[in-house]
Amino acid sequence: MLIRATELENEDPIHRDHILAKRRIALLFYESSTRTRTSFELACKALGADTTLVSNLSSSIEKGESLKDTGLTLRALGAEAIILRHNSSGAAWLLEESTRLPVINAGDGMHEHPTQALLDLRTILTHLRPGVAGVTFDTLAGVTVMITGDILHSRVARSNMLLLPRVGARVLLCGPKELLPEQAARSGPGIEIERDFEVALAQSQAVMMLRIQAERLAGLQLDLDEYKANYQLTGQRLAEHAPVAVVLHPGPIIRGMEITAGVADGVQSAILEQVTNGLAIRMAVMERALTAESGDSSSATELQTGGRA
Amino acid sequence: MTALAICGGRLVDPAAGVDAAKDVLLKDGRVAEIAGPGKLKGKEGAEELDATGLVVAPGLVDIHVHLREPGQAYKETIATGTAAAAAGGFTSVAAMPNTTPVNDSPEITRWMQAPERGALVRVFPIAAATRGSKGETINDYAALKSAGAVAVTDDGRPILKDSVMRETLAAAARVGLTVIQHAEDTRMTQGASMNLGPVSFKLGLRGMPPEAESSMVERDIRLVADLRESHPHLHVAHTSTAAALAAVRQARRNGLRVTCEVAPHHFLLTEEHVGLYNTHAKMNPPLRSAADRDAMIEGILDGVVDAIATDHAPHAMHEKEIEFELAPNGITGLETALGLCLRWLHSEWKIPLGRVLSLLSAQPAALLGLKGRGTLAVGSFGDVVVFDPRAEWTYRATESKSKAKNTPFDGWTMLGKVRWTVSEGRVVYAGA
Repeated sequence: MLIRATELENEDPIHRDHILAKRRIALLFYESSTRTRTSFELACKALGADTTLVSNLSSSIEKGESLKDTGLTLRALGAEAIILRHNSSGAAWLLEESTRLPVINAGDGMHEHPTQALLDLRTILTHLRPGVAGVTFDTLAGVTVMITGDILHSRVARSNMLLLPRVGARVLLCGPKELLPEQAARSGPGIEIERDFEVALAQSQAVMMLRIQAERLAGLQLDLDEYKANYQLTGQRLAEHAPVAVVLHPGPIIRGMEITAGVADGVQSAILEQVTNGLAIRMAVMERALTAESGDSSSATELQTGGRA
Repeated sequence: MTALAICGGRLVDPAAGVDAAKDVLLKDGRVAEIAGPGKLKGKEGAEELDATGLVVAPGLVDIHVHLREPGQAYKETIATGTAAAAAGGFTSVAAMPNTTPVNDSPEITRWMQAPERGALVRVFPIAAATRGSKGETINDYAALKSAGAVAVTDDGRPILKDSVMRETLAAAARVGLTVIQHAEDTRMTQGASMNLGPVSFKLGLRGMPPEAESSMVERDIRLVADLRESHPHLHVAHTSTAAALAAVRQARRNGLRVTCEVAPHHFLLTEEHVGLYNTHAKMNPPLRSAADRDAMIEGILDGVVDAIATDHAPHAMHEKEIEFELAPNGITGLETALGLCLRWLHSEWKIPLGRVLSLLSAQPAALLGLKGRGTLAVGSFGDVVVFDPRAEWTYRATESKSKAKNTPFDGWTMLGKVRWTVSEGRVVYAGA
């Protein structure tokens, strides 16, 4: 997928336009999104596909139509694949089961965000393994990727925790107990917890910061000043403990909260590169979802819906 | 009423201490006579059921079912729910009050038992402990009891306030009713849809900590201890955690009248069965860890568990075909309980047949004081289940007598097939 992303990125746009020419793809979005939605849409269009956007606020979903019926309706209208962003964990599985279409998970609740993990991996490779195209189980051997912040509510963290250890990276989780329960370390191999931010920073070659998801806190009280004091990525901390590490953030960033403006805009930041990489990764994902379909639909869809990509 | 003779079978009646080849004669809805094999054949012109090679046992008693009437007939009716009960070998079911409206009145309690409901087996209503199950105002227990209620509970909506629970226990004790508690501190389970643990973390679902159950059981037991002089009876519904079971065990050692039930899914399945958001594995209390599941088996083996109850909770198909977090809690259970108990408790874990049947009949009947139920002693109600203890069969949800098909046991192999279910002398189910 990573190799194909690069090929598609370098492909002549006129030629690329034929890959999914006139194929119909629905974007079904139950949550607001800037990056993910736009890059999926642009990726589909770059391959020549027709896209249509259905969001929960301007559709019959507001009138109480179920996910199953919405999916069946889109299929009846000719959708050949559905890109789903949903606020409930597991929604992509449900939609795939109901429609039997390739469903691309663009983020489901607190569960997963597989294409984000893929684009994060591409970004990390660019910086730490320049020139490496494909990956094997030990491509990132010796690399520690630290993920800091609201791990509990983060689908980005969960997808990265699945993907990065599979290419040899060590994932170091950092955050307060309320946002990072102990069981996170037991969710797979290659995952550890270090609660001291600076100690974790000193061991890391890639530093991924996460937003505190106010919309998912569900009554959890958090002292934000204390959080900033302990976990904010500042220029000083970066210079002192991880002067060459690459800084990532899936966005949206809250400047002055988990990350200072200086770091977000600084030379170590790859935040905008991540966004650009998203486009390439999503082209590869869409091509695979729609061209693998006839031969082996199950493997293609599972790969993306389950975040096993 | 015509007489019915069940001849040639092995009578297993744990309450009467019987496990022997016996014929059973039912007359006018009651057990009229028990005699040696062949002795009752054709007696008093009785119609005969040939039970050769089969087990004849007291009709099963499920003290925790949701029949959904009044108000939610699209999920289940008293007629369809009791048809499922009959198919599963149950002849007595205690119906929970979380209906629409909530059963908090003698009128609804009587309505549920009226012949017009078309019940195939006996329905014993359990009334709401508080007005509208809101946990604030205690209902008139004496009036509910005389209308036929056999216990009180706010099932599904635990009584959180200490003062209200204390008052409930005291008031119920005065009229000799059991208080059944769905033990869950809902302040710890906001937005949660499965057990809290590594699986909930991985699936990105909010989890219910085991302490939400055990802390509530512990609180209730403290209240029972405080009220010791008035002898309240607390029954813990669908126990699912090791800690809650330990609390019940300790309370019993301390001489308190605290009983508990366990559902088949809690001694068979774990949180892993949620799989990829299978809504047929979503119930409350949720499927727990393997350690908790093992504790339920241990509790059944050592006797702290008083009854197996199904928590039969039917839902319409479309209600379960939605996002896991939004799907309603509960699974059906009446048709699978006996087959699962025989396969696992008896065949796999070697619990004697009499003890397994006792957990499904004599003990739950005694627990709620259902006189003449759960035994086939002469003079008892003619409630009988006749089953082939060696027959293996596969459960198919689509063939269920229940309106609902929401079960995680679809396709499971069961042991022990019901041949006949007899309710008060009438055959209400005849299997193949």
